[in-house]
Formats: sequence, structure tokens, C-alpha cells
Amino acid sequence: MKISLFVTCLCDSLYPRAAEAMVRLLARYGIALHFPDVQTCCGQPAFNSGYWQEAKASAHTILEAFEESDYVLSPSGSCTGMIHHYYPELFADDPVMLEKAFRLQKKTFEFSQFMIRVLGIQDIGATFPHKVTYHPSCHGSRLLGVKEEPLLLLEQVKGLELVPLPFAEDCCGFGGTFAVKMSDISGAMVSEKVDHILETEAQVLVGTDMGCLMNIAGHLHVRKEPIRVMHLAELLYEGVSGHAISRS
Amino acid sequence: MRSADPSTVQERVRHALSDEFLRNAVKFTTERLRAGKQAASEEHPNWEEWRERARQIRLHTIAHLDYYLQEFVENARANGVHVHFADTAEEAAALTLEIARLRGARSVVKSKSMVSEELHINQALEGAGVEAVETDLGEYIIQLAKEPPSHIIIPAIHKNRYQIAELLSKEAGEELPPDTTALAGFVRRKLREKFLEADIGMTGCNFAIAESGSIVLFENEGNARMVTTVPKTQITLMGMERIVPTWADLEVMATLLPRSATGQKLTVYMSGISGPRRAEDRDGPEQMHLIIVDNGRSLQLGDPHFQELLNCIRCGACLNACPVYRHIGGHAYGSTYSGPIGAVLKPALNKNVAEWDDIANASSLCGACYEACPVKIPLHDMLVYLRQRKVEQGERSREESTGMKGFRYVMSSHKRYGRALRWARVMQKLLLQDGVIKVRIGPLKGWNSYRHTTPLPKKSFREGWQALEQDIQREHGGMDERVRERLRRYLEGQEKGSKGDE
Ligand code: SF4
Repeated sequence: MKISLFVTCLCDSLYPRAAEAMVRLLARYGIALHFPDVQTCCGQPAFNSGYWQEAKASAHTILEAFEESDYVLSPSGSCTGMIHHYYPELFADDPVMLEKAFRLQKKTFEFSQFMIRVLGIQDIGATFPHKVTYHPSCHGSRLLGVKEEPLLLLEQVKGLELVPLPFAEDCCGFGGTFAVKMSDISGAMVSEKVDHILETEAQVLVGTDMGCLMNIAGHLHVRKEPIRVMHLAELLYEGVSGHAISRS
Repeated sequence: MRSADPSTVQERVRHALSDEFLRNAVKFTTERLRAGKQAASEEHPNWEEWRERARQIRLHTIAHLDYYLQEFVENARANGVHVHFADTAEEAAALTLEIARLRGARSVVKSKSMVSEELHINQALEGAGVEAVETDLGEYIIQLAKEPPSHIIIPAIHKNRYQIAELLSKEAGEELPPDTTALAGFVRRKLREKFLEADIGMTGCNFAIAESGSIVLFENEGNARMVTTVPKTQITLMGMERIVPTWADLEVMATLLPRSATGQKLTVYMSGISGPRRAEDRDGPEQMHLIIVDNGRSLQLGDPHFQELLNCIRCGACLNACPVYRHIGGHAYGSTYSGPIGAVLKPALNKNVAEWDDIANASSLCGACYEACPVKIPLHDMLVYLRQRKVEQGERSREESTGMKGFRYVMSSHKRYGRALRWARVMQKLLLQDGVIKVRIGPLKGWNSYRHTTPLPKKSFREGWQALEQDIQREHGGMDERVRERLRRYLEGQEKGSKGDE
């Protein structure tokens, strides 16, 4: 059985620690992830800006990379959502690619979705004695419908105090190129998100999409707020192994 | 639609963001409405099922719009209503003026008519020397302030009560306290005279019932009742898509609209009007005119991406849920309709893509609008389609299209992508300051205005993969049997599921 990692360009380039945590966690269940290196980016930045030809060129690498896989796992609800929600639309006029897109759609899962829905594992056996708040990313929760899964995993972590985030479901203002093109609105949104995070007095912010987390962490840094920002897989891995992924 | 606001989206946004009063007022009210809606939908035993029902009713009606419009018009005419059609805003205004002239009208009282804002009827009437007075509190306030509405159902949402008291005090010629009851009392007294003098009562229309040729108005203040009973002539403006086939369909809408709009279980007043006063009626207008307006709506008919826009029941829930609207309010959208629905409608109602501004970009595509919408219009998808349409028709900015060409070049091959990463890692050394990137140039300008960027780590995931893979193979054995079993079963289940679908 071939279970492949769709690493996403963001985790590949900027946050390999999140992907590595996922790989190491799954290895504990004897799942040796396979990593086809022809993959690049799901195409979302171009797709969302309306540049569908450019998006297709990039999406082709994803369709090709996972043709032979039985399962495809990704550390991002947003990129998984892109495959689920928009690939059929993107390849609507190309029957061969469309067929591949449908096959990929069926076998692609976001990390927490895979743990809960496919493996049925809630308790990873982790301990993480910190005050944590969770930001549900919009694409993961709304496009993909992954709402409960990350919380179910967090609930089982020993010692973890989960503090609800006020206005949690409000977008953090990332939105890919939105944060560049409409930077003032995006800035207002991330600043309010950070206000809410600070209200919780949490030591750690956890999420399932590095895009949003990069956005929030970047603003926390400007405001010199020492809150640790982690991907869910990172938190769980640290909770079972007792140490963080050491990458520089 | 109205000729575009001369300012750019960016300018309007900056203006809104610097207005603390506006931002606080908008946050305050949208939060209240959103919480109301949340509670009302949670209380309803089958909210999701009803949303789907409402969507189906709207889809069906719009798919057969010509049929239902005809049925509606025939019935309305049989009820004695004068029915007119207007293709454009100008035609609608001309029809209104002609009716006013024939009736010798000097003044018009209005209620519940967002569509008249879209058509700029007040300006047309005033240009012809006919006084037009808004009677709903919010509309009255923005009329005094000479501003367009900033919310579909709360047109003065951007003003706090101190600003409102100031405006009304000027009108009253005396200082009024910033107290909602006192202010509303003043307006009521003031408007009573206007009602009695008015020659024409003008309304919009929430729904038009095809089977009986009636129009239905939902309101909380009761002004529409007065507007449709006191003056001798009534003019109702309605968008051509306002139809529902039957009274039974209306019930579904009447369940969803107030709950989605404000969280109310029922609207305070719901009036059904089927025609002018008959001999046995105690009140009602002598003459009733109905102007059915297209103004860009038929552009959506038959469009696979945008036809669902016509399903909108103008409840405003998408505005209240929108995190962008929350910060910039309605005026930044530069059109009568604001928020997510406005950002889509504004370009969609104008077939000239070259005239589109950047409003479709003012969204992070978070999907909160879709989740809130009682008829499930996928506004977040439509925003992407609008962007795509613009690009497809060659309306691209040079900067962005160069960037996208670069994206395509790099991302269509993993080798080029790998090289680009290595190159970026070398280049970023020039930009590092205290371990992060803070420079505000090029695409980093907007981003870094609010954030510090973390640098690329020494090794990308792909560069570290070999070592990681070896590590894992060394440390762990084969696949856990239970896990293998679950993986196999899940796949089988999916296959069965998909066969079942076919
Ligand atoms: S798009 Fe949906 S939520 Fe927005 S105003 Fe229309 S019906 Fe209401």
C-alpha cells in the first residue's frame, strides 16, 4: 500500500518541521510515508488570483506525483481543499486530467482528517502541559469540512489546557495573495486575530495550516509577543517524543 | 448601475480603516446580528434542511423565471395593477417620473426599497422637482447625511447614536439627546406630516408571489404599511428575480429571511399586497404601479457561474459574517450593495469587464459568506470566477501577470522549483535583519507592513528527505496490522460508496 506525502510548497520551503513531525508521527504506526519529489505546488496562488492556466501547470505536478498512490496526506487543509473543491473545476475541459483529478480527490486527506476518519485514532498518547488555543483555518473547516477532528486530537493530549479562542472562526486575514494585494485589510484582520489570541493568555497557538500560522506568527513577531506557534502535528509529536523537531 | 465612484478600492479601504467610529459601529452591530442569527439557526430543528429547501426553491424559480414572471404579471394585471418593465436604471427612473407627472405628484414617501437606491430614483425625482422622503429610520438618516447605504438591511450601520443625534438635531433645529427612543420619536413625528401630504407611496418588494400576483414586504418599523395605504398612488419597484411560485414557498423564505437577517423568528410586519383598493377595502391606493427592473440581472441568466446570484434574498447575513466587511464597512465597496454579495454583484451587473474595479480582490476567500447564506450562494467561489474572467479577458496588471508567469515557470517543474529555493536562500541573506526579513519592497511591501517574515530554513523538506526516510526505516518496523486493516477497509468502503453514487 502506497501512502504518500503531499508536503505543500509552503511546508517544503519554509516549515519542513511540520511535515517532518507528521512523517515521524505516522511512522509510529508503521506507516512509512512515500515522498514523490516531482510535486511542487497545488496551484492555489495562481488559481485564486484568476490565473488558471498558470495554476494548471503547477497542478499537473501534483496529479502526476500521486497517480500511483493509494492515499495522499497533507499537512494543509487549504491545499487539500484546493484538490477537493477546485481541481474538478480547474480541469473541467480536459477529460483525461479530470479523471485523474477525481481519483486524487478521493484519496487525499488532511492530516487530522486522516487520523480521525481513516485511522480512527484520537489518542496519540501525547503529553503537552501547556495552555493552548486553536485557530481553525477557513479552508480546512469550510471547504473541506474538517471542524471537529483537530479538537478531538487535542482533547486527548494529557496536561494540555485548551482555551477557546474568541471569534475563532473569523479569518486571520491570510488569503494568499490577498495579504499582498489588500494588505491594509489583511493587516487589520491579523491584528484583531492576535488581539483575540492574547486575550486567551495561551502560551501556544496551534493550527492545521501553515499559511495562516505564518501570517499570525509574523504579526506576533512585530508585536514582540512570545507566543509559540505550532502545527498540530508538531505539537502532537513533541507530546509523544518529549522534544521538538530539531531543524535549523 | 451608478457610474463608478471615482476613488479606487484601495483609497476607499484606507479611508474606512482610518475611521474608528465607523469600524466600532460596524463591529458592534454586525456582532449583534451575527449572534442573533447564530442563536436562531441553532434553535431551528432542521436549519440545514431548510436552507437546502430554500436553495431548491430559488434554483427552480430562476431556472423557469420567464414562466413564473409571466404568471405573476398576468395575475397582477388581473388584480388591477399597472405593470411596467424597465431594462435599465434610466428607464425605471423615466417610468417613475412619468407616473408622477400623470398623477400630478409633488411628493413621494418611500419605504423598504434598496432597489430604488440601486436605480437612483431619489435623485431623479428631486431633479424633476418632486420631493422624495425616506420613512425607514436608517434610510432617513442616510438621506439626511446625503450618503449611500452601507448595509443591505441597516443602511446607517456605520453611524453611532451620537452622530445620528447630531444629524437629527440639525433637522429639528434643537438639540436632541443621543437616546434611541427619543430620536426615533422625533423622526416619527416629523414623518407623520410627510405621510399625510404625500401623493405617491413607493416601496420595494421582498417577494412576488406568482400564483396570486401579490407582492410581499417584510419590515420591522411599520412604515411600509403606511406608505402602501395612505397615498393615492403606489409605485412598487421590484428586481425581476424577486419571484417565488407560491405562498407555500413564501413560508420557507419567511422562516429563513428574518432569522438570517437579525435572528428574529418572524418579521414584525409582513404585508401582502395584491392590487389597488377595491370597493370593499377600507384603505389602499387608487392606483398601483409595479416596475419590474432588469438593470443587469438578465446577464446572469444562463451563466453557469453566476446564475445563482439571482437566488439572493437580500438578507444581509453574508455582510454580518464577513471579516472584511467588519473592518471596512459598506461604502468601501463603492456600490449600493456591499459586503460579499456586493463584491460579486457590482461587477456581475456590469458586462463591461474593462470597467470592473478591484473589489473582487477584497476577499480572503474564507467562505464565511457561503456558510451564512440562507440560500447557499457560493460567493467565495464566485469571487474566484470574477478574477478569472478578468484575467481571461486580458484585464491584468503587468506586475501580477509577470509574477504569475514566473510562478508557472518555477512550479511546473520540480527541478526548477528546487533551484529557485536554493537561489532564494542565498538571496535572502541580503535581506536578513535580526533573523527575520522586514524590508518593504516589491511583493513584500504590503506583507511586511504588518508582519516580519521568517527566512527559509537551511534545508527544505525535500533536501532533508533522504536522511529522514532512512531514519524512519531504521527506527520503525512494518505497518501495524490494525492500521493496515483500517486503511484497506476505508478504501473498499470508498469504492463501494462511489459505485453507489453512479
Ligand atoms: S447572498 Fe445570501 S447571505 Fe448574502 S444577502 Fe443574499 S441571501 Fe443573504
